[in-house]
Amino acid sequence: MAENMGKNPNTGTPLVELKDISIAFGGVKAVDHVSIDLYPGEVVGLLGHNGAGKSTLIKCLSGAYQKDAGEVVINGEHAEIRNTRDARRYNVETIYQTLALADNLDAASNLFLGRELVTPLGFVDEPAMEAETRKIMGRLNPNFKKFKVPVSALSGGQRQSVAIARAVYFNAKILIMDEPTAALGPHETQMVAELIEELKAQGLGIFLIEHDIHNVMRLCDRAMVMKNGQKVGTVNVNEVTDEDILGMIIMGKKPPQAY
Amino acid sequence: MSDQADSTQIESGPKMDQSGKSLFAQLELDMRLMGMVGAFIAIALTFNFFTDGRFITPRNTFNLTVQTVSVAIMATGMVFVIVTRHIDLSVGAVLAIASAMGAMMQARWLPQAIGLEYGNPMIAPLAILTCLAVGTLIGAFNGWLIGYQGIPAFIVTLGGLLIWRFVGWYVTDGQTIAPLDQNFLVLGGAEGTIGATLSWIICALAVAGAVFALYNARKAKKNHGFPTKPLWAEFAVGGLIVAVIIGYVGTLNAYDIPTGKLRRLFEARGEVLPDGYTEAYGLPISVLVLIVVAIAMTMVAKKTRLGKYIFATGGNPDAAELSGINTKLLTVKIFALMGFLCGLSAVIASARLSVHSNDIGTLDELRVIAAAVIGGTALSGGIGTIHGAILGALIMQSLQSGMAMVGVDAPLQNIVVGSVLVFAVWIDIQYRKRLGIKA
Repeated sequence: MAENMGKNPNTGTPLVELKDISIAFGGVKAVDHVSIDLYPGEVVGLLGHNGAGKSTLIKCLSGAYQKDAGEVVINGEHAEIRNTRDARRYNVETIYQTLALADNLDAASNLFLGRELVTPLGFVDEPAMEAETRKIMGRLNPNFKKFKVPVSALSGGQRQSVAIARAVYFNAKILIMDEPTAALGPHETQMVAELIEELKAQGLGIFLIEHDIHNVMRLCDRAMVMKNGQKVGTVNVNEVTDEDILGMIIMGKKPPQAY
Repeated sequence: MSDQADSTQIESGPKMDQSGKSLFAQLELDMRLMGMVGAFIAIALTFNFFTDGRFITPRNTFNLTVQTVSVAIMATGMVFVIVTRHIDLSVGAVLAIASAMGAMMQARWLPQAIGLEYGNPMIAPLAILTCLAVGTLIGAFNGWLIGYQGIPAFIVTLGGLLIWRFVGWYVTDGQTIAPLDQNFLVLGGAEGTIGATLSWIICALAVAGAVFALYNARKAKKNHGFPTKPLWAEFAVGGLIVAVIIGYVGTLNAYDIPTGKLRRLFEARGEVLPDGYTEAYGLPISVLVLIVVAIAMTMVAKKTRLGKYIFATGGNPDAAELSGINTKLLTVKIFALMGFLCGLSAVIASARLSVHSNDIGTLDELRVIAAAVIGGTALSGGIGTIHGAILGALIMQSLQSGMAMVGVDAPLQNIVVGSVLVFAVWIDIQYRKRLGIKA
């Protein structure tokens, strides 16, 4: 154990490697030569202040932004991600902080947005979509019953479970979660935590953007800290204390266990 | 919170269980639609009273629907435009240029340049294609400027409002273009009706179609084990729809072609009008066109990916973009569709007037937007229905022609129509507030 301190404990081919990613907006380097990898069955926390660049970095993987430099490698192969459709083809699914739900549509329409089930004649198959939605919601959130109302009529936790169902339904291999518990109560936070454990056990890799240090210590295997667009360091969460991580976030201080 | 409201669209009150549901909730009728139908009936009855029974007659029903068609067709397209948080102020002007090009085609270019003689069966199809193509191209161009170049729709179409009518002016040298082709005029209304027998056949088909659609929807719900409404409610809704269809066709079939016109029709065929012979107009072809447009647009809205993307983009443009929807191309498609419908309305409007004049469709943009908005389309996006917009157009036209029949001054007519528009939107906002629906 001791000789492995401060090293990536994983071996084999990573699910994702973000190599030397840079992206700038009008001269401001939002992400400056940052690298991170993610292995199957692993949760990697992405930490940092608001504006540190973690969301921007991850949007290069989800297809919402185009990187200026660097490379995305998925399963050991170069991946060209120009938009969110490309990302979905690589089984990269994202749960956005805003949830990205169309409030005027019901749960089924949101779950299948952009990937509707169609009948042989090419028409949208609403009953089939609703049936599938009932199935997956029955698994994720058995209390969920509001299948016919617009999602604007749902509570925060219910909306969150629709967004999660959308990511999970389409066989995600790589899941990006941007502050999934920020708007949730304790009970719903617990539900998300259990779900993350379950997905991990299924072999998914999860990038978790998280501000709450307790959630990081509880849910993440590794954590990568960013500050002002640059990488401060990566740590194995079980080798450090929450003070070490807070020091990295606030002062950019790299503890000896970091790599 | 999540133990109720499974089968109803609208919760009519807190904590209502199945047995305590209101009558409307059990019927699963759209309350705002019922409100509009009620308003329409009230308007019709009021005018009928003040015109000594001249408003609700076969003749006026015929005229009213024929006058509504052009605006109603465009209003269906305006629903998609407004649902995606855009606006199109250029529809009247696009109608004018499409009408100008179509009229020049049939009255000048085809006869003079190509040498097609007056009455050649190719003239009408080519003129119609011209109208549709001109409208679609201008619409697509507007959509490109809005979607890909990022110019606000308000500006692009405000410019278009000034541009296209006067491009039409140059095309026709400001002249009124006539005569239009005989086959073309058939699409205008009174010049092209299908007679009583064919109307009844179409009526029967429509009734069968409506019943089949209701049956299918119920069967699909049953197959997936979803809750369905009680059978009596299904029959009540179905009965209402069937009654409206039969009532409308029956009314039009009770409107006879005037004797003078019949005599001329017979003389044109070299025959003599027999004594006591009558013939009903039946359904106008232009109304059939509107019905086809309404069904097609409703299918697009409810049953296609395009429709889903339109409503999703209206509800949350960012979410649509992140879901991989090409919202720029979507904007082009929506405005091209709007332009196509303007071209179609140009055919019907110019055929109804039997000439092209440069002021055709003036102020139509306001009528079309008002029809969509009265019909429940929310300017904040994401909400709107095709049937609502058509009903909105019908309400607007009823007010206008009803007031004209009563003898209300033209200035006062405009004041009333304007007030009704504002009032209708206010009612809608109050209604949504009470139900807690975010618009």
